[in-house]
Amino acid sequence: MNATPSAAGPPAPAGAAKIHVETIARVEGEGALHVRLKGGRIQDLRLEIPEPPRLFEAFLRGRRAEEAVDITARICGICPFAYQMSAAHAVERAWGIAIDPQVRALRRLFYCGEWIESHALHIYLLHAPDFLGYQDAFEMAAKLRPEVERALRLKKLGNTIMRVLGGREIHPVSVRVGGFYRVPTKSELAPLAEELKWALEASRQTALLVKTLPFPDFQQDYEFVALSHPDEYPLNEGRIVSSLGVDLDAAEFEDNFVEQHVRHSNALHSVVRERGSYLTGPLARFNLNYAKLPEVALETARACGLEPPVRNPFRSIVVRAVELVFACAEALRVIEQYEPPAAPCAPYERRAGTGMAATEAPRGLLYHRYTIDGTGLILASKIVPPTAQNLKRIEDDLWRYLPQVLSERWDAPVEEITWRAEQAIRNYDPCISCATHFLRVRVTHEE
Amino acid sequence: MKPDKHRPVVGIFKFASCDGCQLSLLDCEDELIAVAGAVEIRYFPEASRNIGKGPFDVAFVEGSITTHHDADRIQQVRRQSRLLVAMGACATAGGIQALRNWQDSGEYVRLIYAKPDYISTLKTSTPVAEHVPVDYELRGCPVQKAHFLEMVCALLTGRRPQLPSASLCIECKRKGNTCVLVTLGEPCLGPATQAGCGALCPSVGRACYGCFGPHENANAPALAKRLREDGMSEADLQRAFRTFNAWAWQFRKASEEVEAR
Repeated sequence: MNATPSAAGPPAPAGAAKIHVETIARVEGEGALHVRLKGGRIQDLRLEIPEPPRLFEAFLRGRRAEEAVDITARICGICPFAYQMSAAHAVERAWGIAIDPQVRALRRLFYCGEWIESHALHIYLLHAPDFLGYQDAFEMAAKLRPEVERALRLKKLGNTIMRVLGGREIHPVSVRVGGFYRVPTKSELAPLAEELKWALEASRQTALLVKTLPFPDFQQDYEFVALSHPDEYPLNEGRIVSSLGVDLDAAEFEDNFVEQHVRHSNALHSVVRERGSYLTGPLARFNLNYAKLPEVALETARACGLEPPVRNPFRSIVVRAVELVFACAEALRVIEQYEPPAAPCAPYERRAGTGMAATEAPRGLLYHRYTIDGTGLILASKIVPPTAQNLKRIEDDLWRYLPQVLSERWDAPVEEITWRAEQAIRNYDPCISCATHFLRVRVTHEE
Repeated sequence: MKPDKHRPVVGIFKFASCDGCQLSLLDCEDELIAVAGAVEIRYFPEASRNIGKGPFDVAFVEGSITTHHDADRIQQVRRQSRLLVAMGACATAGGIQALRNWQDSGEYVRLIYAKPDYISTLKTSTPVAEHVPVDYELRGCPVQKAHFLEMVCALLTGRRPQLPSASLCIECKRKGNTCVLVTLGEPCLGPATQAGCGALCPSVGRACYGCFGPHENANAPALAKRLREDGMSEADLQRAFRTFNAWAWQFRKASEEVEAR
């Protein structure tokens, strides 16, 4: 716990205080939040990313385009498959590779595995403790053992799907440009179905459980951005759409979404050109693709009182649970309909070109662009991770939410304000280790 | 279970990395609650708001050293820890981000960031052992969770951990895989790579890309010669040795020899 009141001595009310959370816990990667309050008002607020830059876009130059699949997976150990997919799709588009429908279905199944793992982890182990007042899931396990065990079993199933398809759950090895190195047989997938049936019900129970959590009354007018596909809830494919009318192909992403260097935060923030911050992730997907959810997920949403547009970011935990239901149902569907493709990988020829693709990582839209030369080497690349896109929006939430907390209780202790701020950040399941191009921040404090 | 005060105190520390190795610990779904009961996890910010202070009986360190701040921080971690375990390719070999070590990292920064002056980063990405003494290494990108559990069991029982040290070929032979290098003619790094993953890539018909790093007696130049004879270009050879364990000395030396030709 790093909250430090400005005055020495016993816990001071937050009316005039500096809040420094040097390490935001229960997020992937390292972030720091600095808030300066005076007279109950925010003087300054910065969400900082001290995560060291790893310069992926630079060292991708001169690598084979096929290598982007394995190299960019290492941007994020939490959603490596998302990186593999955005990279593979971008290169496939550059080279005009058509994907076998069964390979496409397997990629959806793989993605469901990653969503199940990531969502179960975040709902139960990272976010629920905030609502219930526990420091972590270990503490929570002492009181809520069956729930934590359910979380671990769900998480394990997500990982098992990834292991069956990819050899291992973190940085799987079977994915390649054009398809897979090896695809599973029907009998390898069949045993997953039994556990998925349990998981479908467990996910429904999860949603019904988390809908009873205490949610702050906090609604925002977001611009929601997500993929949208005519027939399915989006994972790998679709146009990029927004609640304010954006509708474009991934190839047009950079014309409409720009990264700004904002002085007060010293971090690159993605914004909609000439508009401002936007939200990507479960809330956006749900609000923009509600009608494409399978019936069992729609039923769950209704039972939880969720109807689009959901504008309370704290309720993202319920939406994540509904997506868990979707992912289990979708995984079951793919397994039931699966026929191994004629070949695990489509043949292709390397050629010069540029390819862009966006897919839906568990925490939101993930955009990749590669420019490739005639021999198949990468000349330039750009990667825009979901958390970079949400960063400005997280700050905007904090600017509005913290005054609300203070107005409800002006003498709230710094400790409490700090925790509420952390909870609001964790609404986004931020994954800061995808620091492909976050800036390292120098901290200065004004008196 | 031993009384609380005798539980070993564990810290999990992150430097430049993808978080995958820490996540491997949380991926021990069947063992997680037991592990959390057998040791005192006092520092693990990815999982807990309880951020405690040392000293630690064992520090698990993920990530490489890439900033001045981190170069200082790893010294602090070492001072507070009885045992230090470097966990994963970043901590044991500098990780993929060590590719900057052969380049002008200033140019890298200028390429990506609009305002390069705000970036405070070292010219190199280096393994933990280049900064402080390391007691044990868990290899892999990411680590194998079984190896982490073995490390914890060894710690609890006061014995040395039993970790693989042979080449990947041993695991392939045990699994009965068709040899990817000899039979399929694929550029496999298995002969020079440390076992431990369970021969994942050859098991899907793919050449090993060396994510567990070189094994102790790896003869990387001999492997390079063989791959060259099989028709691999010098540029591809250099790229093959320069991935997630590029800065591990055997791979580094091999790639520099290729570069010098």
